[in-house]
Amino acid sequence: MLELRSVTAGYDRRAPVVREASLTLAPGQALGLLGPSGCGKSTLARVAALLHRPDAGTLLLDGTPVRRWRHRAPREQRTAFGVVFQQPRLAADPRLRLADLIAEPLRATGRRDQIPGRVTELAEATGLTPDLLTRRPHEVSDGQLQRACLARALVLRPRILVCDEMTAMLDASTTAALVAAVERYRRETGAALLAVGHDRTLLDRWCDRTLHWHEVARSRADAPT
Amino acid sequence: MTRPGPLLTVRGLSVRFLMPGGRRIAAVTDARFEVASGECLALIGESGCGKSVLASALLGLLPANTETAGSARLGDLDLLTAGERTLARTVRGRRIGLIPQSPAAHLTPLRTVRSQLEETLAELTGVRGRAALREAAERAAQRAAFPPDHLDRHPHQLSGGLAQRAATALALAGDPPLLLADEPTTGLDRPLVERTVDELRRHIEADRDRALLMITHDLAAAERIADRVAVMYAGRIVELADAAAFFGTPGPRHPYSRGLLDALPDRAFTPIPGLPPELGDLPAGCAFAPRCPRADTSCTELPPLAGSVACHHPVRPPVPAATPENARA
Ligand code: SF4
Repeated sequence: MLELRSVTAGYDRRAPVVREASLTLAPGQALGLLGPSGCGKSTLARVAALLHRPDAGTLLLDGTPVRRWRHRAPREQRTAFGVVFQQPRLAADPRLRLADLIAEPLRATGRRDQIPGRVTELAEATGLTPDLLTRRPHEVSDGQLQRACLARALVLRPRILVCDEMTAMLDASTTAALVAAVERYRRETGAALLAVGHDRTLLDRWCDRTLHWHEVARSRADAPT
Repeated sequence: MTRPGPLLTVRGLSVRFLMPGGRRIAAVTDARFEVASGECLALIGESGCGKSVLASALLGLLPANTETAGSARLGDLDLLTAGERTLARTVRGRRIGLIPQSPAAHLTPLRTVRSQLEETLAELTGVRGRAALREAAERAAQRAAFPPDHLDRHPHQLSGGLAQRAATALALAGDPPLLLADEPTTGLDRPLVERTVDELRRHIEADRDRALLMITHDLAAAERIADRVAVMYAGRIVELADAAAFFGTPGPRHPYSRGLLDALPDRAFTPIPGLPPELGDLPAGCAFAPRCPRADTSCTELPPLAGSVACHHPVRPPVPAATPENARA
């Protein structure tokens, strides 16, 4: 269970991009968050995944208040989340082969012994063929790289998956394939999902419930039109 | 007077990238299509299928390590054999206006939209003099629905939608008969996608001598704007169809096109199994065979683009010229 209460966040305290946002993600729930680009929904997604410290407000993970963010957050809180971003090229270390990219969180948490098994499993689950696993990001397409980023997000078996515009750059078939992989994972594990995006048709089809940004946060007075 | 032929006629267009070590990437193979004045043709397909390479070939913007074959006639000019000088002086901006994928990257960052528009207008049209250019720039901005009070902004001060309109204003500046839009809606929100393609459509409808070739992986955008669609897979055009029939009934005929539409979230939302093949390592037969539910042994032979579909077992047989039913009607 993840609760955000009155979260205000941004990159400049005088001009927060998120104002007093509140939402609750129940265990196993798939919640869509719909809003135009630039509205602040990506920043809120980063706060929710413990990647960005808010300026104000409370975040409760299974009832426990979160006090630290990013690498300072306790490991068991941090690893509760799997995150996939819009642009796989910005989210993937260009030096790593796809297999190492997927295995990165296992290595970082000292679970090297699980690497071969988990990488094979997840490559299959996300539709990556073995020959792609030895390539580096510049040698694969955006769609293939995003499949690897999803595999990486699932590798520690997160309880909560945050997908921030995961499919915005992708074609219809790759979109359907990635969403199907997420849903298969959720069926197997009961994980919850926060899917942030701008495509209502997609979020309505994918999620149990879709909230519009203005139902979640206060609008900015100086919001661009 | 004879009726004018198509604005753009592409025949047997192939593009090969020659890679170090002698590897050849078959980016585009034997493309054949036409674009008529007053129409919008959407070239659709997954990323990496060769559609953007095809656009670059038409503009003469391919890297040095490429080989092209075939022809792409724009009026009396073959774009594939015309030299860089001809393309730069008479084609780009004047006969083909390019609406790029990331307008923010296409615009010069350090200069205002106004100064870029004025410069382009001075170069492409006869307009001279500060006052006249200023007025022409404002008219050009207006044509692309770019707000005149934003003309003195720099590209980074514009939203994605406004940057797209600025790029469209630049593409329209030389009044080119053919607009070529390369993934014009990438990264835009759905409402903005719709507004952008509606505006592009208006530029064709406002001037029936103009045509639009839009390259996109966004099927909803294609459905909204196109008169006809060309579907590309693994470097080949596998289906050419009337847009209404393709997106509506009776639907597409090529199994790949079917799969693409079935993947949409407002349809079956089922992906096509597997991944597209590598363009450097294409099979001899139909490149879609490993992913195709209708594949059989005949598919080890390359299906030609017969009529409007390149497939040995298209989803629906072609409508016969006269059946007892429609003969009676
Ligand atoms: S030629 Fe065969 S494999 Fe190719 S699309 Fe048609 S049925 Fe499928």
